[in-house]
Amino acid sequence: MIKTDILIIGAGPVGMFAVFEAGLLKLKCHLIDALPQPGGQCSEIYPKKPIYDIPGFPEVMAGELIDNLAEQIKPFEPGYTLGERAETIEKLEDGTFKVVTNKGTEHYAPAVFIAGGLGSFEPRKPPIPSIADFEDKGVEYIIRDPEIYRDKRVVIAGGGDSALDWSIYLADIASEVSLVHRRKEFRGALDSVEKVEELYNAGKINLITDAEVKEIYGTNHVDSVKIKHKEKGEFLKETDHFIPLFGLSPKLGPIGNWGLEIVKNAIVVNNALDYQTNIPGVFAIGDVNTYPGKLKLILCGFHEATIAVQYAYNIINPGKRYVMKYTTVNGVTGFDGETKKAEAAVVKSIG
Amino acid sequence: MSDVNIKIKDRDGVTHDIQAPTDMAMNVMEVVRAYELAPEGTVGICGGMAMCASCQCYVHSDHELPEMSVDEDLMLAEAFYVEDNSRLGCQIAITPELEGLEIELAPESEV
Repeated sequence: MIKTDILIIGAGPVGMFAVFEAGLLKLKCHLIDALPQPGGQCSEIYPKKPIYDIPGFPEVMAGELIDNLAEQIKPFEPGYTLGERAETIEKLEDGTFKVVTNKGTEHYAPAVFIAGGLGSFEPRKPPIPSIADFEDKGVEYIIRDPEIYRDKRVVIAGGGDSALDWSIYLADIASEVSLVHRRKEFRGALDSVEKVEELYNAGKINLITDAEVKEIYGTNHVDSVKIKHKEKGEFLKETDHFIPLFGLSPKLGPIGNWGLEIVKNAIVVNNALDYQTNIPGVFAIGDVNTYPGKLKLILCGFHEATIAVQYAYNIINPGKRYVMKYTTVNGVTGFDGETKKAEAAVVKSIG
Repeated sequence: MSDVNIKIKDRDGVTHDIQAPTDMAMNVMEVVRAYELAPEGTVGICGGMAMCASCQCYVHSDHELPEMSVDEDLMLAEAFYVEDNSRLGCQIAITPELEGLEIELAPESEV
């Protein structure tokens, strides 16, 4: 069971920065994210892409921005529940919220910030008829336990890093690995592509390029797939597992059923005041929210996080007075009591 | 600079006659979003970096389009519902040469 002051759903840049602003008000935060690492889209989709509109940074790589934010919020010791998706929310009698993830982890907090961006990242499913019938019956979109493939035949589809990396990894575990891709070119890291080529030459991976999986067959479990080759036409491939690895795509997901007012896939907030949603105590910041004039920019999300934290303070500490302070004046005091502060000017009299 | 006229068929099969500005460094994906021809969050998810294929469209007219980059080509290699005339809208800049362009949005991929 995890208890905190502000529970932040979504560990992207905006959720991370909320930890900093909350820390200045001595509020502790905990972040939940469906991805296994913090950073949201910046880490998952474009870590190597430069961003040019972060004030004070003429150019910063998305991944670097996340590293910097992690460093910036470190003094405020955020907790993380990673690789889990916030599934349900419940308002308890004492006014606090209970948020439970898909893995059953319970979180309790008097204020909840939804900083979920475009939603939680879910695997993209290829449009193959009957694929849903075989989910967890030989079709897996995410490899959770590679051991289940030991001495089994697997067909992996995709042309990116995860398809390449898992083909390499499973080549030593599975009895047979076939990698199916629509092109001969792969867009993964060069050393992964070379390694796959090496394993292919050594007869450890079947490489089926210019082809795609069109059908899945089996009774209660996958036993074969139909592969369509650009020139050679269709053929049947016997297999125990079919693993489509076509990357991840964001989806609002369970948050959409929390009773929040949603317009155009985004949560409506009161931007004229506090970025609170129609559920008092639940705030939405960053790309996940909408209001008149909304811009989906990281820099706008930073502003929203800062404002929302001030109002969350009032919920968490009712009646307790506070005025905003400047970090230039007071420095930053971490939860371990250590203060980062400008050195005092040396006063020395002359003569 | 003047606008160009573009026909865009949305995912419900409705065709829209759009005037797209040529002087705002826009691309087809951005035009779709600016005119709200698909729900927010279903087009241009990666922001236009040829990294998600959510803006995939079918080009029905025979306009000469910018050459496909390696990034776009390999993204389409992993996208779904791809046809010979598939392009990523984010990679097609709005220029005067696109006058009369006719495109159709590809279906949204299921997650």
